Amino acid sequence: MNKEKKGLRSSRMMIYLMMILLAAMTVVPFIWMLSSSLKLSKDVFTFPMQWVPEEPRFQNYSDIWTRIPLGKFIFNTAKLSVIVTLLQFFTSSFAAYAFAKLRFKGRNFLFMAYIATIAVPWQAYMVPQFIMMRQFGLNNSHMSIICLQAFSAFGVFLMRQFYQSIPDELCEAARIDGLSEFGIWLRIMLPNSKPAISTLVIFTFVNTWNDFLGPMIYLTKTELKTIQIGLRMFITQYSSEYGLIMAASVVALIPVLVIFLSLQKYFIQGVASSGIKG
Amino acid sequence: MMVPNSVVFEPKPRRKKRLSKNVRDAIVAYSFIAPNLIGFAVFTLVPLIFALVLSFLKWDGANPMEFVGLANFSRLLTDKTFHRALCNTILYTAGVVPFTMVCALGLAIMLNQKVLGRNLSRTISFFPYVASLVAVAAVWNFLFSPTKGPINLMLNALTGIPIEELPRWAADKNWAMFTVILFSVWKNMGYYMVIYLAGLQGVNQELYEAASLDGANSWQKFWNVTLPQLAPTTFFVSMILIINSFKVYDVFITMFAGGDNQLSDTTRVLVYQIYNTAFRALDFGYASAMAMVLFLLVLGITIIQFRSEKKFVA
Repeated sequence: MNKEKKGLRSSRMMIYLMMILLAAMTVVPFIWMLSSSLKLSKDVFTFPMQWVPEEPRFQNYSDIWTRIPLGKFIFNTAKLSVIVTLLQFFTSSFAAYAFAKLRFKGRNFLFMAYIATIAVPWQAYMVPQFIMMRQFGLNNSHMSIICLQAFSAFGVFLMRQFYQSIPDELCEAARIDGLSEFGIWLRIMLPNSKPAISTLVIFTFVNTWNDFLGPMIYLTKTELKTIQIGLRMFITQYSSEYGLIMAASVVALIPVLVIFLSLQKYFIQGVASSGIKG
Repeated sequence: MMVPNSVVFEPKPRRKKRLSKNVRDAIVAYSFIAPNLIGFAVFTLVPLIFALVLSFLKWDGANPMEFVGLANFSRLLTDKTFHRALCNTILYTAGVVPFTMVCALGLAIMLNQKVLGRNLSRTISFFPYVASLVAVAAVWNFLFSPTKGPINLMLNALTGIPIEELPRWAADKNWAMFTVILFSVWKNMGYYMVIYLAGLQGVNQELYEAASLDGANSWQKFWNVTLPQLAPTTFFVSMILIINSFKVYDVFITMFAGGDNQLSDTTRVLVYQIYNTAFRALDFGYASAMAMVLFLLVLGITIIQFRSEKKFVA
């Protein structure tokens, strides 16, 4: 008995040790980033590392705003992320309601069409999509990114799966009480699907915020760029300004970090329950 | 916002009499679907069909299109650069899939124990997945810097091997792929850990008790209970990982300071090839033929997944 306890304790020690190691592996790059962002470029690579800079150079954080239009980039990204998330939420939850709770001709066929395209990689049709957007005169406009991101089949699928778990009797009762279909969606479906909504909203927002390839293809004018491609532009232009690059990277990370820390429960639940695509 | 009018306003009683219930129901249903369906059809379905058509055409975007039959596809068969890109993609997949799975499973088993700080550890491990790719790639690019980066300086201090003989990571074309794979595993393992954690909740605890009674040690329990019970999760994880690896491109651009100009014949992947053929060489038809290859690869994996999922469920 005693021996077993000892074994348990030592295996627990092992787990703690490995946990610390893994946490370090994840966290150290971020700490290095933060520490370097407060250094002169020439001091970033001194060895042994100086984790806490002797004279933290906060000036890096004010310089980046004048080197690149960082404020504009953040505004653009925030604008796009909010619009895409709202559109995605409204259009998918509307469509999902019809697919889950209404009977009409062509329902199964349409839903199959949605499902079938979930599996198609965007990269397979990005070229014709670009050609079309250019025809519409949408390249080099934020509208292109909105159109690209706001109508995903995945959102419809996610919401529909959740709506199906809400009993039909609830809707029937509401119909008898004289509620319109829109009223049922608003008063019954929405309040009962908070987990699915939070998953959809969080992931749409973060995916749009972090999207790289879409904005890279569509937004070539500096004043239209999002934070990701703006940061990328900065890195290629000033590749040896290590301190400034790190400061700009920290700024690009902060919004997602704040959202993640405040809503982490939903992030993890969302992945665990549906395996959100990346 | 795009609230369909017909939904907000109830159909007038007069119309109710004229239209049959089925038609009315359909109108209501379609007005719910319309906002999404229109966007979805215009920006996903149409380009998708267009991609298929384009793969049989020769077109530079300016001159008239020309139907060339299967010429684009037969060109793929002999195109060495394309073969190289396909091989690189497969190599990347072969590295990332098992490596990520082992790390994710290890993390999940560890963080499934009742230990102090496990929620914090879960949160920390998941964060790289949601962090901005450009930002974290910039950091790793610096960390992997050949002559002054902390990784090589540390390796030098630990092993005594002179800096010049240590790997030059992303800067060396023979190490570049490996470097990108390491980075990719670091960035994404937290996501797959969460899926494994969910899978572990479904493992029948009685099996562990039975194994204990039979005198199994922890290692035997892992091989004979945990792994077999996790088979459906492992399968699901491997399918998503393979599909995501086929689609990779952004990681390769962001891991090199010079972007994709700096990609060499060991790091040019399939999507790079599509992008380059379309947007730089303006050979839209040929690029679409490559895109069809990507599509078929992903489709193949999806069909396998679909079939086996039925088997796992049944």
